[in-house]
Amino acid sequence: MYDIIIIGAGVIGCAVARELSKYNARILVVEKNEDVCAGTSKANSAIVHSGYDAENGTLKARFNVEGNRMMENVCKELDVPFKRIGSLTVCTEKELLPELEKLKERGERNGVEGLRVLSREELLAIEPHIGDEVVGALLAPTAGIVCPFKLTIAFAENAAVNGAEFLFDTQVNKVYADSGVWHVVTDEKEYEAKAVVNAAGVYSDMFNNMVSERKLHITPRRGDYILLDRSAEGFVRHTIFQLPTKLGKGVLVTPTVHGNTIVGPTAVDVDDKESTATTAEGIDSVIAKSALSVKGLPVRQVITSFAGLRAHEDGHEFVLGEPEDAENFYNCAGIESPGLSAAPAIGVYIAGLIREKLHLSEKGSFVAERKDILNPAKLSLEERNELIRREPAYGTIICRCESVTEGEIIDAIRRPVGARSLDGVKRRTRAGMGRCQAGFCSPKVMEILRRELDMDLTEVTKSGGGSYIVNARTKGGE
Amino acid sequence: MKNVDIVIVGGGPAGLAAAVAAYDNGAKDVLILERDEQLGGILNQCIHNGFGLHTFKEELTGPEYADRFIQQVKERNIPYLLNTMVMDISPERVVTAMNREDGMFEIQAKAVILAMGCRERPRGALNIPGYRPAGIFSAGTAQRLVNIEGYMPGKEVVILGSGDIGLIMARRMTLEGAKVKLVAELMPYSGGLKRNIVQCLDDFGIPLRLSHTVVDIEGKEHISAVTIAQVGPDRKPIKGTEERYTCDTLLLSCGLIPENELSTAAGVELSPITNGPVVNESLETNIKGVFACGNVLHVHDLVDYVSEEAAKAGQIAAKFAQGAIADETDKEIVLKAESGVRYTVPVTIHPDRVDDQVTVRFRVGDVYKDSYVSVYFDDNRIRHQKKRILAPGEMEQVVLTKKQLAEYPDLKTITVKIEGE
Repeated sequence: MYDIIIIGAGVIGCAVARELSKYNARILVVEKNEDVCAGTSKANSAIVHSGYDAENGTLKARFNVEGNRMMENVCKELDVPFKRIGSLTVCTEKELLPELEKLKERGERNGVEGLRVLSREELLAIEPHIGDEVVGALLAPTAGIVCPFKLTIAFAENAAVNGAEFLFDTQVNKVYADSGVWHVVTDEKEYEAKAVVNAAGVYSDMFNNMVSERKLHITPRRGDYILLDRSAEGFVRHTIFQLPTKLGKGVLVTPTVHGNTIVGPTAVDVDDKESTATTAEGIDSVIAKSALSVKGLPVRQVITSFAGLRAHEDGHEFVLGEPEDAENFYNCAGIESPGLSAAPAIGVYIAGLIREKLHLSEKGSFVAERKDILNPAKLSLEERNELIRREPAYGTIICRCESVTEGEIIDAIRRPVGARSLDGVKRRTRAGMGRCQAGFCSPKVMEILRRELDMDLTEVTKSGGGSYIVNARTKGGE
Repeated sequence: MKNVDIVIVGGGPAGLAAAVAAYDNGAKDVLILERDEQLGGILNQCIHNGFGLHTFKEELTGPEYADRFIQQVKERNIPYLLNTMVMDISPERVVTAMNREDGMFEIQAKAVILAMGCRERPRGALNIPGYRPAGIFSAGTAQRLVNIEGYMPGKEVVILGSGDIGLIMARRMTLEGAKVKLVAELMPYSGGLKRNIVQCLDDFGIPLRLSHTVVDIEGKEHISAVTIAQVGPDRKPIKGTEERYTCDTLLLSCGLIPENELSTAAGVELSPITNGPVVNESLETNIKGVFACGNVLHVHDLVDYVSEEAAKAGQIAAKFAQGAIADETDKEIVLKAESGVRYTVPVTIHPDRVDDQVTVRFRVGDVYKDSYVSVYFDDNRIRHQKKRILAPGEMEQVVLTKKQLAEYPDLKTITVKIEGE
């Protein structure tokens, strides 16, 4: 019997797992996909909100501001790229300027520090490509950008190093309590635990509704994004939001920690919880709307587009903790924006509730630090050559667009909760994430995966399940 | 730091031809840096025939064509490093490269020849809506999987884009037993060679649907179907023309992009039309001693022209490395591409540096029938040549001789254009 079973290995599930791994407890994370970070956590704006947006007194406001404050330390401990670049919420209509002041006041009541309303002139001095119609903006210097893949992966790796177990490709079909013991039923078998954490993203209503009469209803809200090549780096320096107008909520334009530029998202409510297909209208509207805040966006530098689903709960609020009729079942439901920002704080909060309830003791052997996959580009020439002498695989470039070496890819596969697919390698090393989008490196990465995991090339997948890359030998192949 | 007269970045057809020509023109200290595990570049996966008709007057396969040049390199004992990635080129021509054996090292070159080739436009850059499942490949990636690795991506294929690699792969997949349902092309004309349309599509009964594109991709894990639609003159899909095709493979052959990240980092100026370096008559970039040739300069249709152009670059780089090249004078002629001509390579000509002749290569932006390729020296039309057909998929060229240029000592502008009469 486990102490805690966590359903879902997104950023929230992994943050909770990592926090719980500080205690003497048997922890199991069950994930239906083949890797961590396979749902909402992989397809979002990759930003850390300052926390002015959520209404005063809400869980969203509290955990956003707390998470933002924690982010720097967490990312330092776990070696995750994070940059506090600040955000600008631009206003394009003179009549709406007072709204910026209102947002500022709301933010200050939420505990956000350093908020300031900027004039167009002040704005131009820091963001030269700002749109012609922009009349002012709210600067939130505490906002930042983070790599959502690395954050999730780092939480998971660190949890695993500290004893948490991960089970992939495993869908939970049923959760029920019997004589104070929670049962988690999967296709293969049934697991028992003292407590269950529901971190199932867009499916979190389903699990809550299995165990509680306090029903939740989650609407998957699809957002289309486009991603620009690193050649457009520096086009914007802050995360640029748009103040909502009567035409609706705008889109954001933001740099990523890796030097790409993200533009999006749209917001379309859908029924299908797997519906991550982009649409032509979505992509067109993202590009059109971005023109309100910035001019001359280099859209020719688009290297990919993608869509993510936000788990929007009808109450428009995070649902955290035990429903009153389901003891030791801990919801992390309705985690839409600012979920990524709030993740570290939600992890601490949920783990704290469970620790108290289960009387967990602290583990003396907890390892707080995690080192990311070595980035040889950060080494001096001498250090790099020393590394290549020791491990020649660091001398072979596999992904030419992002300069990823074979050594990094092998590390990504061999480390705890390692990569098992092309996407797994991509999210851990950036191999295939560049401008050629894996055109050149995918056959090479496939070969490394085949060799490291001792499988046939036909078993190598893009992202697990039925996502094979090749399915048969050629006529001449042996 | 090691010193080398001429460093050639890339050991594909361009790099090989440049190396041989440089050597034969007196530069004995040449080094080829190749990122792959063998010389020959993308030709190694082009196992179909049709290469070398101009150069060798016979039909060779890609590997055979490459081998002719590899043998020439070996006969001359020109050194080359394999599995070696060039990481940086400085404006002072310091080349930083890396491999397993030597680690990361720097070479000071007298001349650098850029011969890195090109890459395919990926799905993301095309903004095709829909899911992002497995089973979508650029045609060249599929070509590598099939021809080098010996594995098939699938059995039911749709191809978007009628670039040459896509056309070749339509035939290749068919020969391997796959069903290629159609080739959809956004433009009203094909981006590939006429002979490939005949030999790879027509001969196998594979339909080419011009003015069509993919408007939806189905399949969460693996592609299961695509929807194609006709596009109007604005290249936007026309509602009501959608047709759904089940498939397990979508190949993309929607254009090639010269790989100039190293060039850009070195400060080489690029043409927004070709995405390749802006070069003069000597195939020299804006950085002295840095030359470019082959598909990194502009995408060619036939490898024969790559070899020809690269040999020229090698020859001139050899002269440069030996200090035997005339300095650029103020006398500079600018080439202009007009009326249907998309670009010219080169972009400038210094007549004092022209030995015997300059080949001006270009592509047209549309299909022209019974039209004329005209060349104007300032306002004087010096050439007016009838062409039965001009198409964007085929590269065109005009040769200007030193004698012609000498007849116009005050020449400022050469204009290449397509005219009706």
